[in-house]
Amino acid sequence: MEFNRKTGCLTLDETLEAAEVSRRWSLVGGGKSPREVNAAALRTCDGAGLAFLWSLRGPAGARLDGLRPEIAALLRPFDSLPECPAEPVEHDRSLLVHIGHATVQILADTRAQIEFIGEFTSTALACCAKPRLVRWTDMWLVAQRAGVDALVVAGMVSFLTGMIMAFQSAIPLRQFGVDIFVVNLVALALLRELGPIMTAVVLAGRSGSAFAAEIGTMKVNQEIDALVTMGIDPMRFLVVPRVLAGFLVTPVLTIYSNALGVGGGFLVMMGLGFPFMALWNQLVSAVAMSDVMTGIIKSLVFGVLVAGVGCLRGLQTGAGASAVGVSTTRAVVSSIFLIVTVDAVFAAIFYAIQW
Amino acid sequence: MVSPIIEVRNLTAAYGDAVILENVSFDVRRGEVFVILGGSGCGKSTLMKHLIGLLSPARGKVLIDGGDIHTATRAEREVLLKKFGVMYQGGALFGSMTLEENVTLAMEEFTRLPPAARRLVARMKLALVGLERFSEHFPSEVSGGMQKRAAIARAMALDPAVLFLDEPSAGLDPVTSAGLDELILSLNKNLGVTFVIVSHELASIYAVADRVIMLDGKTKGIIAEGVPADLRDNCPDPFVRAFFYRRAPDAPSGGMP
Repeated sequence: MEFNRKTGCLTLDETLEAAEVSRRWSLVGGGKSPREVNAAALRTCDGAGLAFLWSLRGPAGARLDGLRPEIAALLRPFDSLPECPAEPVEHDRSLLVHIGHATVQILADTRAQIEFIGEFTSTALACCAKPRLVRWTDMWLVAQRAGVDALVVAGMVSFLTGMIMAFQSAIPLRQFGVDIFVVNLVALALLRELGPIMTAVVLAGRSGSAFAAEIGTMKVNQEIDALVTMGIDPMRFLVVPRVLAGFLVTPVLTIYSNALGVGGGFLVMMGLGFPFMALWNQLVSAVAMSDVMTGIIKSLVFGVLVAGVGCLRGLQTGAGASAVGVSTTRAVVSSIFLIVTVDAVFAAIFYAIQW
Repeated sequence: MVSPIIEVRNLTAAYGDAVILENVSFDVRRGEVFVILGGSGCGKSTLMKHLIGLLSPARGKVLIDGGDIHTATRAEREVLLKKFGVMYQGGALFGSMTLEENVTLAMEEFTRLPPAARRLVARMKLALVGLERFSEHFPSEVSGGMQKRAAIARAMALDPAVLFLDEPSAGLDPVTSAGLDELILSLNKNLGVTFVIVSHELASIYAVADRVIMLDGKTKGIIAEGVPADLRDNCPDPFVRAFFYRRAPDAPSGGMP
């Protein structure tokens, strides 16, 4: 391809393909674009070449001379193609518009959550009245995957956290000669707060995300639509077994993590020279039944929250593969956010009733 | 004589021990519309997956324009892959991209065309399949027939010599399906693209096919090869005639239903 700047005449070679077009695209639409194109030699032309010719002829307004009929025929389907619209401009929205959009979004999301809670509650009550309506085999399967299969990771996290807390607090407390109180610290922190929270976070990461992905994929594949048209309520078929499993499994997992966490703390203390019985007596004197119950009540709520949010996000999935990813992320993020928020509410309530 | 664009030599296709096709050989000539036919479950899709390199043959070889995709080095493979485009049965468009972005993706990866040029080429490809007004739409926002046409536009992004279409008319109404046939013929005539189509829609086979091969699940091979109308009238194999006349194979010959 040769371009004579003086005459504004562009002479094409025998072939016009993507590689050459990429180098010479600047000829199109620039200030000094060709006025005349000599295409007599041109024999083969690919899609990019056609685009080049089209742009020279159309927007740039050049005359094509000597174009072979077979290539002119290739160009013909594009005679009525409108010019490329300019790259869509990102509107420079003001802060106020952003705030407005975000508010509407949050309100819509809240509304969806309230609807979900209402629908779930009514379905759950119906299931309470007629336990036959619950898909028990599904429930046990979910309980196994969310509970039994989580034993290793939940146990590991609690055990190590117990050890680390004992280790870190033993040194400063020893300076005051009260290192036996490490037991109080570890046990109370784990039973009241950390045990339920860590278990719930593990559950959110393992199972809440799985619920969202599973239900989201079903949504994308129109399986949810299939359920609806078969007259099967997805709420009863998919959500109730999962939430029920979360409700049953989380307290058990929490008790198990608590035990392992305290065990981890004990191990460190025994390593530091305390006899087991001294630690055990300290534990029994430090921990009241209310502390244990506090954690278990919380974990029941967390279990329902995590499972419910996982299912809700799954059901809210839009179209396409990336929507499933978005739902999964939203499930985990919302779960963790809710766990921490609800925990703060519990702290306030328990403080008020002096538990 | 011009060499065939696809040569299949003694191909045996198997999943583990289960042999699907045995000792299959055929050629696809440059510039023809070639249709692979057969009843359900006879290995049509398996054969196609071997042709496009998704599955490796148990024995035998597949040559595209003289190159064997299964033994090619990475660099050779890349060159070979640019010689063909594939339209998958469900379209397999990327749901998070607009139709235009679906088409520009391959150009972004394999050419140095500037963005404006890529967008124009994409819009021209979409115009070829009649979708220029939908370039900013997402796949979920257009109909099933449009998705298939967009998938053809995407397969054509790098101007391949061969287009593979897997069941192009499956799930489309007769009118849309006929439109698709017309599109195939016009691309074949105007751009000289070779088509390899897996199908069992009789109407569209008669409309587009230059040559067909028919696979059979029982003999695990090709039971007929030729021009469709000719096979319908003159093929000695009763199963082949039954296929073209759309009747159960053991129906008494002669009388039409």
